[in-house]
Amino acid sequence: MHRKSLAYPYLIWAALFIVVPLLLIVYFSFFKEGHFTLQSYQKFLEDYYIKSLFRSIELAFISTVICLVLAYPLAMILSGKEMSNKQIILLLVVLPMWMNSLLRTYAWASLLENNGVINNMLKTLQLPTIKFLYGNGAVIFGMVYNFFPFMVLPIYNVLCKIDGSLVEASYDLGADKITTFRRVILPLSMPGVITGAVMVFMPALTTFLITRLLGGGKVTLIGNIIEEQFTRTRDLEFGSAVSMILMIIVFITLSFMSKKDSLDKGGGLF
Amino acid sequence: MYAPIVLLMVFSFNNSKLPIWNGFTVNWYIKMFNDRGIQQAFMYTLIIALISSVVATIIGTCAAMGINRMVGWQKNMVMNITYIPLLSPDIVIGISLMMLFSVIKLPFGLPTLIVSHITFSIPYVILSVMPKLKQMNYNLYEAALDLGATPWYAFKKVIFPEIMPGVIAGAFIAFTLSIDDFVVSFFNKGAGVDTLSIKIYSMARKGVNPTINAISTIMFTTIIIILIGINLKANKKVRDTRI
Amino acid sequence: MKKWIRGITLITLASLLTLSLAGCQESKNAITVYNWGDYIDPEVNNLFTDETGIKVIYSEYANNEEMYATVEPGNVNYDILFPSDYMVEKMIKKDMLQKIDTTKLKNYLNIDDKFKKLPFDPTDSYSVPYMWGTVGIVYNTKMVEGTVESWDILWDSKYKEQIFMYDSERDSIMVALKKLGYSMNTRDEKELEEAKKILIEQAPLVLAYVGDEGKGKMVNGEAALMVAWSGDAMVMMDENPDLAYAIPKEGSNYFVDSIVISKASENVEAANQYIDFLCRPDIAAKNAEYIGYSTPISKARELLPEAIKNSEVAYPKDEVISNPKMEMFNDPSDIIALYSSIWTQIKASN
Repeated sequence: MHRKSLAYPYLIWAALFIVVPLLLIVYFSFFKEGHFTLQSYQKFLEDYYIKSLFRSIELAFISTVICLVLAYPLAMILSGKEMSNKQIILLLVVLPMWMNSLLRTYAWASLLENNGVINNMLKTLQLPTIKFLYGNGAVIFGMVYNFFPFMVLPIYNVLCKIDGSLVEASYDLGADKITTFRRVILPLSMPGVITGAVMVFMPALTTFLITRLLGGGKVTLIGNIIEEQFTRTRDLEFGSAVSMILMIIVFITLSFMSKKDSLDKGGGLF
Repeated sequence: MYAPIVLLMVFSFNNSKLPIWNGFTVNWYIKMFNDRGIQQAFMYTLIIALISSVVATIIGTCAAMGINRMVGWQKNMVMNITYIPLLSPDIVIGISLMMLFSVIKLPFGLPTLIVSHITFSIPYVILSVMPKLKQMNYNLYEAALDLGATPWYAFKKVIFPEIMPGVIAGAFIAFTLSIDDFVVSFFNKGAGVDTLSIKIYSMARKGVNPTINAISTIMFTTIIIILIGINLKANKKVRDTRI
Repeated sequence: MKKWIRGITLITLASLLTLSLAGCQESKNAITVYNWGDYIDPEVNNLFTDETGIKVIYSEYANNEEMYATVEPGNVNYDILFPSDYMVEKMIKKDMLQKIDTTKLKNYLNIDDKFKKLPFDPTDSYSVPYMWGTVGIVYNTKMVEGTVESWDILWDSKYKEQIFMYDSERDSIMVALKKLGYSMNTRDEKELEEAKKILIEQAPLVLAYVGDEGKGKMVNGEAALMVAWSGDAMVMMDENPDLAYAIPKEGSNYFVDSIVISKASENVEAANQYIDFLCRPDIAAKNAEYIGYSTPISKARELLPEAIKNSEVAYPKDEVISNPKMEMFNDPSDIIALYSSIWTQIKASN
């Protein structure tokens, strides 16, 4: 019963629906109407597409950093608390993850409009209104809001697993809190930090929803370009090429993560 | 963190399309219930989530058990393939599946949606069940066989209870993923078959619409109730075992 | 544990049953309709089902390109589609439409002659006109000085970050071309380069490139000016009396959207009934009133309320439309790659 063959149905499924589709993308990126060509990739090298790519990386990076700065202290606080309180707060942090990200982003869209709830309140308080939406800021905000729990969880997980006696030993040896943090806790928590960073950076890099709902068409990220190729322009070859480029970047990021071997050291999500 | 959600819920009762409070009303809820499109989307979403999570759980659990018995390069390769849907951006999964379906001419609609959802759910099931399998003492299974149990009986009584939490967790994740999914469904939908997410997106594209608020309030409250329920149950178990 | 398995199997079976039942129903007496968002009075679909017993499975798209991208691969089957003029032309060329036997549609005679033998379907074999309109500028009279006469106002730095442009390559490039005095259907690369340049110059002044959500935002006073279609303008002006609509003097786009039957459709009978239904004067009037666009059926126009049927916005005088500066788009397939790259450059420019 407990045999290798149990996995065969899955293997067939995976071959059909995971491997083949990806191979299709590879094929389309290199072949246009049957002949091999690098035309699709060359097209990407045109100035503005590269700009989009850099902007995507830039925004994703900023969002990741912001998430880290906000999440780390929270994770530290959470890992120090007592049992029952902890559960509830953890639940509260994780809960939004289970809710539809589309809805949560849309909720912010209506709040942040020039005539939305927040600006209306500012108006009644006689304060100047702020233009929240339609720009890089809004997109970064959307990314941070959406992916924040993904940063908290791994860091929290790894902080919990730090052996308390190590910290105590550090204090016993005369180190103050800051040194202990710098020399003991921080390095040990790195696997979780890396996992968290990757779990934020990657979806942030590839989103097109957030730009659509909050960016007002003024921010074009690489995800938007891919989406447009498949829904409006129908340039399948070019869309596949851009997807390939994206996958390569994802791949590089991931190999960076596995170098630090974080998944095994307890930095995972579960 | 919760500000927008709370505001969404509050404004679902607002008697005005604009975000200025204008009196209490349940009109938007009535509109939502009467809208045939929303009803259909809701039904489809449920059906797809149920079917895909059940199938994904079955295939995934079997897969986890099979992979557990693998070693070396075989295991590595399978695990790497498993990681692909997990780590790929959902847009790439969505379009790659869409291209596959276009090439093999599978009609877009329920079939493509269910297949796509199963595809991205299975890895989560596998990752949920594997740790439990690793933790389990394989000797127990062998002992049961030695004592005369048939493999199926031994599985039922020994292995399955051990991995149950993982299987349930996996099924739950698959179900939630399916309900929440937007990107993959967006690229693989067909004539007239919309999931709730897709329906909301097309409504949201037209601007702020309090009917969306009504839908989201219901979705959020349902999830909160389920999660609180599970947590209470889990806490109860912990308390029971303590005593 | 046994209970679990039983429970799950029951649920799966139940859902499969419902699935198959739902599936059965769909194929027998139903048509699948794919239309623009906000482009029909939902009541109309219900009325149709009430009168004929044919169920309407209705989906929406945001623009012609999206519709085309969904339908072209060939494994999604819609019976009825609502392409715009140039899209009809393109779909006829690509053999994606069925011929419509207009003699079978008793309400077809209601369509004004003005809307027959249009350039994209000169023999009236593949399409039946549905609604028509113009493109212009919707502006908030409280936020804009004077009246709007020219496309230039969208480049006026006085209105920095109070301008909405449409997130659509064709419409935005059209605006630029008209402002420069060129034809919107030009294939001249130099002219298109110029259009691109001024659109990139305009980008910092643009608050956002919007889709349908722009309508609600204009009503809310989120921006002062927006490029909009006449029908949307009618709806917006109805919800906010401060808004007004103007067709700039340099000319603009005049469009006709038509109903077509896709080649793969197998429910031609039912599809014909649907088209015929939409051409009935009372139904056409109902639609026109709800969505704000202009009906090509005079009898229907008679039935509209005073404010609408005599509105300059919805039913501009004939001279406005026949002015040669008002153009209809033609099929851009040969130039689409250039259009796309221009548009991407504009959007990525900031």
